[in-house]
Amino acid sequence: MTWYLVRRIGQSVAVVIGVMILTFILVHLEPGSTAKAVLGLKATPARIALFDNTYGLNRPLPVQFWLYCDHVLHGNFGVSYTAGQPVSSLIAQRLPRDAVLLGASTLLALIIGVPMGLYQALHHGTVRDDVVAGTWFTLYSAPDFMEALLLIAIFSVHFHILQPNFPGGITSVGGLFGDLNAMVLPVVVLAINSVAGFSQYMRSSAIEELAQDYIRTARAKGVRQRVIFTRHLLRNAVLPIVTILGLSLPDIVAGAVIAEAIFNFPGMGLLFWQSALSHDFPVMLGATLIIGVATVLGNLVADVAYGILDPRIRHAAT
Amino acid sequence: MQPPDDAAVAGAAGVAPVGVIPPGAAPSGGEVTTHGAPGNLALHDFLHNKRAMGGCGVVLLLILFCFVGPLIYRTNQTTVNLGLSNQPPGPGNPLGTDEYGIDILGRLMVGGQSSLELGFSVAIASTVIGALYGAISGMIGGFVDAFLMRIVDTLLAVPTFILLLIVSSMFTLNLTAIIVILTVLSWPYVCRLVRAQVLSLRTREFVQASTAMGSTRLRILVRHMLPNTFNIFIVTTTFAVADSIYALSALSFLGLGPPPPFADWGTMLTTGVNDLFDSYPWEVYPALIILVVTILAFRQIGDALNDIASSRSSVR
Repeated sequence: MTWYLVRRIGQSVAVVIGVMILTFILVHLEPGSTAKAVLGLKATPARIALFDNTYGLNRPLPVQFWLYCDHVLHGNFGVSYTAGQPVSSLIAQRLPRDAVLLGASTLLALIIGVPMGLYQALHHGTVRDDVVAGTWFTLYSAPDFMEALLLIAIFSVHFHILQPNFPGGITSVGGLFGDLNAMVLPVVVLAINSVAGFSQYMRSSAIEELAQDYIRTARAKGVRQRVIFTRHLLRNAVLPIVTILGLSLPDIVAGAVIAEAIFNFPGMGLLFWQSALSHDFPVMLGATLIIGVATVLGNLVADVAYGILDPRIRHAAT
Repeated sequence: MQPPDDAAVAGAAGVAPVGVIPPGAAPSGGEVTTHGAPGNLALHDFLHNKRAMGGCGVVLLLILFCFVGPLIYRTNQTTVNLGLSNQPPGPGNPLGTDEYGIDILGRLMVGGQSSLELGFSVAIASTVIGALYGAISGMIGGFVDAFLMRIVDTLLAVPTFILLLIVSSMFTLNLTAIIVILTVLSWPYVCRLVRAQVLSLRTREFVQASTAMGSTRLRILVRHMLPNTFNIFIVTTTFAVADSIYALSALSFLGLGPPPPFADWGTMLTTGVNDLFDSYPWEVYPALIILVVTILAFRQIGDALNDIASSRSSVR
């Protein structure tokens, strides 16, 4: 286990370096000069030279990359071209809010998805299974931005129950809780997209476990159905969900970009979208790096947690 | 029902039979490859799976609608005609017109062409690249494998959609560029799955027997590895079609898709969405419905294939 852990951490470090190289390459794919993109086409050569000098854009690429790595390791992600603030503080403001949003939606998705998957597994192959699966598949297949807009049309425009978007100027995490009404729609939209995944994994995992000998043994010795489900089946079948949680992090984050853009939620997704529209590369670099590192960590934690939770896993070959 | 897709699947499944060994069943003796039977069984399962067949039927209808439809139902999709803008459904325009006076039924057909072309191209290209990369990396093993896999992990660590947003904020993309980018971002998913399967196949007796008989690595790759991972990558392929179509529509929605003369369902939705709160529902719902139906159809096929693959490996 120790050796496995060391190797897994080594792999994760390699991937984080890979992500840094990737984002750095991407940013330098930009056609034309960044200075012109940010300052506008009428910028004087002197202004451009000053801009390039300020942000180190006139140095050779390897030097820029080295400086970038050095800065990142010291917690310095550069300064946003448009906001003029340090990227690290922009991101630090928004990350806790995303933790609230994504945490709430993932929790909601699990609360709906896990029992649903179990229900489907118990009625595996019947019409009930098909109806539940079909419903969630349809919701999952509908583009999330359309679901968001339809929900706004129904609950905000027609019934006036829920706020369609966040008021600007929320500065603290606590501010989010002051506006619980505005939280409902983003959380629901994000949850809808995760439920199908969770319930389908839960379903196939439960079907697999139902065929195992220990369930048959429990049945044979006369354990009541309800106890079999809660004590035996649920505990074992829910294991893969742990891994899925780690692996689904990138999808959740990507979904958050669209949801945050629609609901004006002041999180990383909105920040990312706005900087994509305004060519604000330090912000995009920083956000991508944070998301990449979070994903790598998520996978690492999921892998290790899975090994701890399921003693049968011996991590022979990965 | 004998749509052309079935022929394609039949042809593909015909490649599969080379020793589809269920992981649970330990092959007895050296006689492991059974030509014909298992593959035909998979095809049989597929043909008798209602969801798979339903999905294939819908996909066939969509292909006919988008590619044959415009030959029969001719409309003006190029010039703006403001005199006809925002017409409700009626004679001449069965589904009404949009804000530029363009017929919506015709636009659905043209838009569908780009959505389907994108979906199929990305799915096929990423499957070919991912399966080959994963199989080769898994077969070589050791340091090279570790290095190649870190590249894959890097691409997987950053969400596809985030990378797509970055690239599309830099360039004005056309359909080909989006196909290339989505392919670059999708193949790692196939690759991971195929490699995992190859690693377990490497230790199987029939592969070792093949090595002992002097087969080259190329032969083992083509005859043993790829056919035995077929049921894995065919599932990801069908899901990739759905995911790419969705990605294009989401990109258009965020205002970073291809510029106006380009038509696709996502763009139609986006322009229609502005009218969602007005009284032009026909500009939103047809595109929404056809987009959902398309994504649903491909996901149903993928899910059915997944069921077939997993039941064949666990039941026996």
